[in-house]
Amino acid sequence: MSLLSTKSLGKSFAGLRAVHDVDFDLPQGEVRALIGPNGAGKTTFVGMLCGRIPPSEGKVSFDGKDISAQPAHARIRLGMAYTFQITSIFARLSLHENVALAVRRRGGNVARDVADALERVGLLQHAEALAGDLSYGHQRLLEIAMGLAQNPRLLILDEPTQGLSESEVESFNALIRSLVPATTVLLIEHNMKVVMACADSITVLNFGEILAQGTPAEIRANKAVQAAYLGTS
Amino acid sequence: MSVTTKSLALHLGLIAALFALQFLLPAYHHGNLARIMVLATYAIGFNMLFGYTGLLSLGHAMFFAAGMYGMGLAIRHLGANPMPALLAGIAAGAALSAIVGALALRTAGVAFMIVTLMFAQAGYLIILYFGEYTRGDEGFVIQQAQRILWGIDLSQPTQRYFAALILFGTSLLISLWVMQRPFGKVLIAIRENEDRAQMLGYDVYRHKLGAVMLSGTISAAAGASYGLLFGYVGASFAGVQYSILPLLWVLLGGAGTLIGPFIGALFTFYLIDITSGFTTAYMLVVGVVLIVLTLFARQGIGGEIRARLFRWLP
Repeated sequence: MSLLSTKSLGKSFAGLRAVHDVDFDLPQGEVRALIGPNGAGKTTFVGMLCGRIPPSEGKVSFDGKDISAQPAHARIRLGMAYTFQITSIFARLSLHENVALAVRRRGGNVARDVADALERVGLLQHAEALAGDLSYGHQRLLEIAMGLAQNPRLLILDEPTQGLSESEVESFNALIRSLVPATTVLLIEHNMKVVMACADSITVLNFGEILAQGTPAEIRANKAVQAAYLGTS
Repeated sequence: MSVTTKSLALHLGLIAALFALQFLLPAYHHGNLARIMVLATYAIGFNMLFGYTGLLSLGHAMFFAAGMYGMGLAIRHLGANPMPALLAGIAAGAALSAIVGALALRTAGVAFMIVTLMFAQAGYLIILYFGEYTRGDEGFVIQQAQRILWGIDLSQPTQRYFAALILFGTSLLISLWVMQRPFGKVLIAIRENEDRAQMLGYDVYRHKLGAVMLSGTISAAAGASYGLLFGYVGASFAGVQYSILPLLWVLLGGAGTLIGPFIGALFTFYLIDITSGFTTAYMLVVGVVLIVLTLFARQGIGGEIRARLFRWLP
């Protein structure tokens, strides 16, 4: 059963077609990677999924319901969580309060769930520090913790491993694999090591359209994808 | 002591100190402090929106005046008793802030400042236009006989002082309570990062509207009390100056701290009081002090205390 799907979804900015006619289907419990060259429309596409960007055309359905007309906060309440490509945290609040804001919205147990989410990304010992004082990589991890703390059914991560060290990327991969099948994950990622380690399947976006879709092995072997994105060697 | 107990102790301590001062202060300062407590209540209302939600309104005088006129007109034209009149003033502020909030919050940033300023100007002009009822610029006096609440004569210094203290103390404790509730924490989140707050699933518009209404209602309570305690209702309280003053108090005292509005109102009141004894250009002194504080103590007096001494200050 598919958790999220789009039908002829598109977005034009003053004549520029950023995303065009995308039919996309994400089954429950899968880790899907969304890849493509810079400017392929990935962030615009997920922006339309979670309601940050109004589409020019087409529909978005979540859990069988048409959510095209819903504002972003209502979609989040349905069980989506989104982490920003450019780190977006509450810099002057403590890590604890950052995550607590995510927990409180769904009526969770603040003491337990905040510690749990911070523990999973390895930031528990910094709980009382100000978020703005963290290194960039740790801010990325905090953002992921805020995503996890929402207990989402669909977690959308926009380039989450940017700025993480090798060892942090390793634990990130393990973390993502530990989420399925309870949580479905949509991952925008440039780091192909992460994509190959995490994803069950891959969608390739190019010039705002779906170029290919399939398992990691199929995508690696796809000539068109190689030409557009992966490069040949 | 937990943070909550500590801040509750601090604020109850402030209220207790103000209670004790009633018996200690000479008449002149006694009268000043009653006025300062009412003005500080207005600043608490303003700070709820500016300091905690990050929305700068340049038209808060309309809420202060809505309370003042809601109360004053009820007494003058309906012959209402002080308590129903006070409630009418507060209700007028709540209703006005709901309407203005719903419209002005369709904008953000500079546009929000301008829209609130324009609404306040429209309010001021309406007061002048209906001069027949409001007595326009001249305003009207509320007679001593109309200021007796449950047998307590609010025109007497001691009674007035305690009434001002009850108003101030109640507003302070309400704002302390709100800022420790999830609602208050979401307001801070909106101030810090509106996008992120929305993408955590919070309805940002509704929270902001709630903040405008809370802020407008507290400001109206201050305006209604001011008219009742000091016996005068006039259009000057709806003017631009009364929209800028709470901003000044909050900036000086420390935006986003609960005691900042009181510190700022107290400081500014005496700054003007003392300097105007030496020069007619006392606003120049206030301006220089504001510039010096924004250069060297950007978070205001209360904010600096929080940054340097008490990290837990709410």
